[in-house]
Amino acid sequence: MESEWKFTAKDIAEKPDLFMSGHKACAGCAPATVLRLIMKATRGPTIVTTATGCMEVVSSLYPQTAWAVPWVHTAFENAAANASGIDAALKILKKKGRVKHEHVDVIALAGDGGTYDIGIQALSGAVERGHDFLFVLYDNEAYMNTGIQRSGGTPVGAATTTSPAGTVLPGKLEPKKPIADIMVAHEMPYVATASPYYWRDLITKVRKGLEVEGPAFLHVFAPCPRGWRSDPAKSIELSRLAVETCIFPLWEAVNGEYQLSPPSKVYALAPQKKKPVKEYLQMQGRFRHLFTPKFEKLLDEIQRITDLKWQKLLKKCGMA
Amino acid sequence: MKSIVEQNTLALSGNEAVAYAAKQSDVDVVAAYPITPQTIIVERFSEYVANGEVETAFICTESEHSAMTACLTAALTGARTFTASASAGLALMHEMLFVTSGCRAPVVMAIANRALSAPLNIHGDQSDSMAQRDSGWIQLYVENAQEVYDTIIQAFRVAENHEVLLPAMVCLDGFILSHSLENVNVLPDDVVRKFVGIRQFPNVLTHEGKMAPLKLDPENPMTMGPVAFPNYYFEVKRQQEEAMKNALKIIPQVHDEYAKISGRSYGDGLLEPYSLEDAEVAIVCLGSTAGTVKTVVDELRDEGAKAGLLRIRTFRPLPVNGIRKALEDVKVVAVMDKCMSFGGYGGPVFHEIRHILYEAGKHPTVVNYVYGLGGRDTSPQQIRKIYKDMQKILREKRVKNPVQYLGLRE
Repeated sequence: MESEWKFTAKDIAEKPDLFMSGHKACAGCAPATVLRLIMKATRGPTIVTTATGCMEVVSSLYPQTAWAVPWVHTAFENAAANASGIDAALKILKKKGRVKHEHVDVIALAGDGGTYDIGIQALSGAVERGHDFLFVLYDNEAYMNTGIQRSGGTPVGAATTTSPAGTVLPGKLEPKKPIADIMVAHEMPYVATASPYYWRDLITKVRKGLEVEGPAFLHVFAPCPRGWRSDPAKSIELSRLAVETCIFPLWEAVNGEYQLSPPSKVYALAPQKKKPVKEYLQMQGRFRHLFTPKFEKLLDEIQRITDLKWQKLLKKCGMA
Repeated sequence: MKSIVEQNTLALSGNEAVAYAAKQSDVDVVAAYPITPQTIIVERFSEYVANGEVETAFICTESEHSAMTACLTAALTGARTFTASASAGLALMHEMLFVTSGCRAPVVMAIANRALSAPLNIHGDQSDSMAQRDSGWIQLYVENAQEVYDTIIQAFRVAENHEVLLPAMVCLDGFILSHSLENVNVLPDDVVRKFVGIRQFPNVLTHEGKMAPLKLDPENPMTMGPVAFPNYYFEVKRQQEEAMKNALKIIPQVHDEYAKISGRSYGDGLLEPYSLEDAEVAIVCLGSTAGTVKTVVDELRDEGAKAGLLRIRTFRPLPVNGIRKALEDVKVVAVMDKCMSFGGYGGPVFHEIRHILYEAGKHPTVVNYVYGLGGRDTSPQQIRKIYKDMQKILREKRVKNPVQYLGLRE
């Protein structure tokens, strides 16, 4: 599936920001960059809804707002249900001649907590019902807004405040839930992963998600310097390394057909270019304990899991 | 009152009457999840959708939490919105009830009142809606299927009134009303449609400095459901209370306007006094129990007793002055609660009534009867016993136990 939309960097730079400056995100916040990029991909009238979380809090502190589009937040677990109500209302009001726009795009945004965990029921339901909306998961891999607690999206070995690295436990014991694959299993028309370093790929995927009729799901990698104990200047570099190490490969599944996206395809065609996960892990304080003799075996385990998942993905993409 | 519009009489259960009223009210979006004893409401409505009898988007959600959420955002997008729930379903909506009233979304919801678990019980009591009495929703309790039909239609007008803009619950007793077939006079479709009209929006100042209709509209971007910290939150909540006060004025206005068309009225829309003018002893209750009480009051009056009833139709906002005025000359008042307030002093309606009468010039003796939990039947004989107890209190001028349980095996 190709989008007919062609754009240059200049087009993107010149398009006014719909997620505006002045929001209260931390220095180096990748989710804020992700939101700015997402809103660069809009194609017309758009309504955005956001689950409770960092991006909701930093963008809507009354009496200010960072949103140049109609925007609504209601609660934590229901971003997809918000979108359901908006989608249904727009369609019927259009039919009754009470909405003048021919079409309005609906985007739902949620963090990993609002997607993997508390939000998955509403998401699954909304997708099953076939609402026309794009759900964007900005994944910073823990409950950052409440102080870095583990979520179903926290990777194995990461220390959070509810999965701390102690004398016995090496941080979180369980791997990330394969959320994007779970969404593919819903037999929805469009699922993709993206990373803000590969901004062109990300913007294109947002546009494809909006263009598709019915539900679309975009899983975006989004480093959080506060939670990851990483240098705020390195968030975009981490977004690149996650792809280069194949910890977070970029792909899309159109009507269930998996396909590697160009930034990840490189490592399928030239596996020797794939970087070791250590390079990615060592830049983050949340994995610091893995570089001590007590837990260093887990480094090999993370490499093993990463390779295994990569091989599985290659198989799904017909590139094994 | 003489009816000015010719009406058909249909045999409808309470639930069917709800669905029929919603069908006639030009509802744009219904988002709902099934739960006994509410199911027939959404089943009937689904049939209307399937047969093209309504122009409504019906969202069959995966939970009540999502049902209320979708109603909320649909309402914020500009849709007239309706749903129905009960018991555990209403409890699951709890979080979203506050968000809906806080966002000033005029969602209308029918509640087929049912007990809360545990133990699991599908039968009727008012624990579910009473547990939501502080959620910022208007709460109207009806006596029969006719009233539920009339009240659903009125609820849209009240909720969407610009001086109110609050969500409204219409509560009908589970099974007793939801599943009992009654003759219901229904207005012609066009009359209801004209009465409810097309939803209108107040103009508000947007962050772009423009005046625009209050809804999610790409033409006039607005930020809804923002974060408001200690410097603003309190004022927002105070405005909701102001809206509740306004509802005390708007509910009777809408009720009276509807009465002129339909020929049916329920007191002033807030309270329905029955044989209360010279009453020495009176029951205060909500919902279908009032029907039984009225029968007993008629019998007692025939026997020469000065017995009366005050039915509270509007529990939120509570008509404080009306209740005080109606009851201050009564000597003994028995408040019936179909709900427990565990560890409190009697049930929630008792709390309110006693509290209001504390400020009255005269202080009637007020006692409480908790009754009918989990759908236990309440007979005319039991109601009679309450009046007998009150007459004894009147004679002996003393109360042994102000809080009692009616029809309980002890």
